[in-house]
Amino acid sequence: MSEAPLIELSGVAKTYGSGTLALTGVDAKIERGSFVSLVGPSGCGKSTLLRMIAGLIEPSAGAIAWPAAGGERPRDIGFVFQDATLMPWARVIDNIYLPLKLKGITKNDAEPRIMEALARVGLSDFAQSFPRELSGGMKMRVSIARALVTEPPVLLMDEPFAALDEFTREKLDDDLLELWASQKWTVIFVTHSVYESVYLSERVLVMGARPGRILQDIAIEAPSPRGRAFRESTAFVGQCAKISAALREGAKG
Amino acid sequence: MNESSRLLRIVVPIAVGIAFLLLWEGSVRYFGIREFLLPAPTRIAQSLVENFGSLMGSLWITLRITIVAFFLACVGGGGLAVLFSQSRAIEMALFPYAVILQVTPIIAIAPLILIWVGFDHTQLALLILAWIVAFFPILSNTTLGLLSADHNLRDLFRLYGATRWQILTELQLPSATPYMLAGMKISGGLALIGTVVAEFAAGSGTSTGLAWRIVEAGNRLDIPKMFAALLLLSLLGITIFFGLAWVEHSLLKRWHESAIRRER
Repeated sequence: MSEAPLIELSGVAKTYGSGTLALTGVDAKIERGSFVSLVGPSGCGKSTLLRMIAGLIEPSAGAIAWPAAGGERPRDIGFVFQDATLMPWARVIDNIYLPLKLKGITKNDAEPRIMEALARVGLSDFAQSFPRELSGGMKMRVSIARALVTEPPVLLMDEPFAALDEFTREKLDDDLLELWASQKWTVIFVTHSVYESVYLSERVLVMGARPGRILQDIAIEAPSPRGRAFRESTAFVGQCAKISAALREGAKG
Repeated sequence: MNESSRLLRIVVPIAVGIAFLLLWEGSVRYFGIREFLLPAPTRIAQSLVENFGSLMGSLWITLRITIVAFFLACVGGGGLAVLFSQSRAIEMALFPYAVILQVTPIIAIAPLILIWVGFDHTQLALLILAWIVAFFPILSNTTLGLLSADHNLRDLFRLYGATRWQILTELQLPSATPYMLAGMKISGGLALIGTVVAEFAAGSGTSTGLAWRIVEAGNRLDIPKMFAALLLLSLLGITIFFGLAWVEHSLLKRWHESAIRRER
């Protein structure tokens, strides 16, 4: 690829105050517009890595560079947590308004963008609802709409659908793919589900624990657009098996 | 909860109350109990009517001090909590003293405050004493609430470059609201208790609140009037409690678990 990568991790490591080595020697390049999954067992540091990319945690060693973004981390990064992480006292519309409000944009100016973000996740009718009135899947959609409202160049997702039931999860996976295809942001998606990583991403970074590190960088081959047929194809199963094998290899040490 | 069980919740306690009053009235009459030992409910009601003017005047004095002390406790306790949440150093330095103020019995501090403030400013002394009793629950609850804001939401605010002020007003204060309201519900009752205790400590002749009426009536063995004043104090306490419970419910009913009634 001729273009500079959007994110370049070199020798990134994290040691916590207690002496726990959470991550060591992580090198990776993330291309602009790509969909990359981080897969690994609990404690492999995948969430830590994502938070470091977001700037919420400082690496103890190594560097995270943004060559294709002028070197600096972009100010707008969308982040979606495992829980919807909504403000329970605020209506859906005000939850989505939050990132814009914090930048000093008035609600009047923000409203068209909020409604557009809501429409993209299919919740236009629920702008005035409170989070507790929504189902788990709907809350997650609100959370995604909030991440989208700033039109971020990068979307970081930390096991966003892990707490949802299988059916809702597959539906949201498809919606996410559709959004990604139309917007072409860069998505980094943390999951512990091998199937989800293969279904969604162009590349899977397989991670191992103790200490957390990247074991393998596996490209996924899939038809475009992906759908039900891909989920049930032998190609899909084969690639899942490959990643599972890489995970087992890592667990052996 | 359905209609009939809601009705029962109101009807049953009232029926118990009426039965109790009837039993009281009946026993006093039947056994011929003397008025200065235990006056009958009708006698208390009569005394309430006879002394209505002076009792209402006293009620107003006690109520005013309670309300002002409660208001200042909200401002002081809430303000201090915000300060504590912003600076660990200030919290470390001041919190032990807030605890000392709280655990020292108010009745023991009262004479000192009365001397310092001067007996010609009794109302101010009462206010200070009631405030000391009332501010701590608001302080400790609000501090807890401000620190209990969802950590992921906090990260989200940081990610979007929120200022300390924005984190405080948009995240921490709304998160702390249910905690603060719970503290206020406790403080409302305590402000009344503080006022009454302070009135007792201040003694007769200098303040004319309900507590003083009780002391005065006791000295004159006017027991029906004592009960009448006591009744008014209870009603005041009940009104404060339910008033604050109503405020809490109306502020939280849209979003907080504590105020949401589930269908079963």
